[in-house]
Amino acid sequence: MPRVHTYDALVVGAGGAGLMASLYLGRHPGVRTAVVSKLYPTRSHTGAAQGGIGASLGNMDADGDRPEWHTYDTVKGSDYLGDQDAIEVMCKDAPDVVYELEHMGLPFSRTPEGRIAQRRFGGHTKRFGEEAVRRSCYAASRTGHAILQTLYQQCVRHDVQFFNEYHVVDLLIEDGACRGLVALELATGDLHVFRAKAVLLATGGHGRVWEITSNAVTLTGDGLALVARKGLPLEDLEFYQFHPTGIYRMGILITEGVRGEGGILRNSEGERFMERYAPNMKDLASRDVVSRAIYKEIRAGKGIDGKRYVHLDATHLGREVIEKKLTEIADFCRTYLGIDPVETPIPVQPTAHYAMGGIPTNVDGQVLADETGTVVRGLYAAGEAACVSVHGANRLGTNSLLDLVVFGRRAGDHMAEYCANADLEPIGEEPTAAAHERIERLRNREGGERAADIRAEMQHLMMESVSVFRTGELLEEARDRLAELAERVDHISIDDKGHEYNLDLTEAWETRGMVELARVITECALNRTESRGAHSREDFPKRDDENWLKHSFAYLRDGKIDIAYKPVTITRFQPKERVY
Amino acid sequence: MDVAFTIRRYQPEVREDPYYETFKFEAEPTDRVLDGLNHIKWHMDGTLALRRSCQHGICGSDAMRINGKNGLACKTLLQDVGAEVTIEPLMGFPVLKDLIVDVDPFFEQFKKVKAYLINDGPEPDRERLQSPEEAARYGDTSKCIMCGACTGSCPSFWPGSGFIGPAAVVQAHRFMFDSRDEGNEERAAALDGRDGVWACRTVFNCTKACPVGIQVTRAIGEVKRALTWDGS
Repeated sequence: MPRVHTYDALVVGAGGAGLMASLYLGRHPGVRTAVVSKLYPTRSHTGAAQGGIGASLGNMDADGDRPEWHTYDTVKGSDYLGDQDAIEVMCKDAPDVVYELEHMGLPFSRTPEGRIAQRRFGGHTKRFGEEAVRRSCYAASRTGHAILQTLYQQCVRHDVQFFNEYHVVDLLIEDGACRGLVALELATGDLHVFRAKAVLLATGGHGRVWEITSNAVTLTGDGLALVARKGLPLEDLEFYQFHPTGIYRMGILITEGVRGEGGILRNSEGERFMERYAPNMKDLASRDVVSRAIYKEIRAGKGIDGKRYVHLDATHLGREVIEKKLTEIADFCRTYLGIDPVETPIPVQPTAHYAMGGIPTNVDGQVLADETGTVVRGLYAAGEAACVSVHGANRLGTNSLLDLVVFGRRAGDHMAEYCANADLEPIGEEPTAAAHERIERLRNREGGERAADIRAEMQHLMMESVSVFRTGELLEEARDRLAELAERVDHISIDDKGHEYNLDLTEAWETRGMVELARVITECALNRTESRGAHSREDFPKRDDENWLKHSFAYLRDGKIDIAYKPVTITRFQPKERVY
Repeated sequence: MDVAFTIRRYQPEVREDPYYETFKFEAEPTDRVLDGLNHIKWHMDGTLALRRSCQHGICGSDAMRINGKNGLACKTLLQDVGAEVTIEPLMGFPVLKDLIVDVDPFFEQFKKVKAYLINDGPEPDRERLQSPEEAARYGDTSKCIMCGACTGSCPSFWPGSGFIGPAAVVQAHRFMFDSRDEGNEERAAALDGRDGVWACRTVFNCTKACPVGIQVTRAIGEVKRALTWDGS
């Protein structure tokens, strides 16, 4: 018999959103809370975020900064697909949540006056686009690490209960309500049942669907796959951000903060090519714009040495700026490239970075069951796994860390309130049966394919056909090949037949989920016959507000993908042409 | 280049004793040791067990002994360790399977030294002020990624002596020297004893092992001095 644990609230994932929600749940002593994560909390990928968290503190600019300017920039950055009511909430909460992190002990970099230091970041402006503003609050180039550590430290202080290295393999949803989950304990291989009134999915992104990515090897979209298998929709998966500056071939992120501090992108002729693509914001145009510009330069034969990369030149910034404000970047360059960025430009190429889409939620983190806004009782999502949607078709730098803490906090609060008024609902007779059957089939299958081979094929395919530029022809081909890969997933066999720390098994499990997600991403990309934000169709190069100012809701049903639509919420800013 | 990875295996479900196994394959000199381990796991032997996540030295999952020296597999390049690489789990930590060690006792130490900001005074409307100079006092120790490379390299920690280990002292230092913190008296109990900082024999292994370049021994020295003279 599996062990059964009973709580009021469960948080899946221990990154920024999960930990923030846990701290808020922890403030309600009556709400018994546990965090279930496949990693130790401090290993979560929030820790890899570098450049900063956006908030209109106005610490650095004499004429200040305002939440409504931040809102405007985010709406414009989203290519008008973001829901403006949610964006307003995020930008309004931003200063407060940053001060809260500071009070928790976050080691922000400081101004000479002792205030939180801020720097420029792509797409962030004053007075509705007039000029760049310093809005990114940072801790050298390890802001995410500082946030993750600070939240973890406070969780330790407040005795948050963790189940570390438990891999969630099923959600228990009956009659439109989430009643708990099933998790595989990695250390023993045992399945555990966790009953609860409410579950928050804060499982992070799915960058590992692509070959070149800034994402951790563990970012496999587990939460999205869990939800999709329950027949619930995923929102806007066609919108995936390629960060312009990943280290050539490795994909490791080089923060936009390098350009925020004055770094410049150059092609093989040494030309500052962003002047041609974004005359006003230049290298600090929003990420989709810069990634496309780099691809175009490479296509025009202006990659360095004819290869698929350009240079990020920081040599004019001086040693002091690089060592003090961009410490980690200097370290990466030395370790992985053997170069000193003070003296040598950094070879960069766009790298799969961030999912704008995800599990649809409202501003309180409640998961939506359909495009009309029906709520799945007791199921929540926050962070990169969720789609509120505040990032729309393209996320601005510094808004991801902000999203995590703002909506982690809101979800935690709402869950606590929900738990106080809800009953623990019964679960079925054999809650682990489905997961157990699938796991044992995988463990015992002989002579099949290796998960690593299928995964590598998918990653290569997605990089070639479903990345910065897309065409109908390539997407159709990718769709067919992914359908084949989905069949092959059912024939994976693994070497490790044991139970303890069987990571061969969990990797195969993750691969299955990623192929499912890749199929949804590709289908949505094929379906959307326009170009908007990060979704750029060469056969449909214009944004088409008349037909496509709407969110995609994709349902995976019996191996098929159906797509429905939800209108975009527009409050203050009417869509107009997006120029930087 | 042709490389040979000799890995200390421990597969308790299959075999009682640990053993060494060598894997030979081709790799690039600029590959990370972790790329080699992934290659083995994905293409040669899926039973190989190790922890890793970010793969670029931020998450702290993959600290291990590489040719006898502690480091992160994702921050160590083959060109720097040569074609013959011996890989073993961190010393002083109970081994659970292959390169996976029990880190629960390690994480417990952070609680013991109260490695979190303690300030129960009223919170201002905006940020608490802290000068760049004050921030610099703990800037180095705030870089810690809790990987365990320092603690696993410490001869005072190895025998199971109860020493809290250098990582816990680093984490304590990060708050002891933070001008916003008021918790030093509470922390002293865990730090100022034979299992606390005084177990340190200034061997400097920890400083050499730290993959993010923290001056660990210096931080421990500062904590010793603070406990001796002024409490902060």
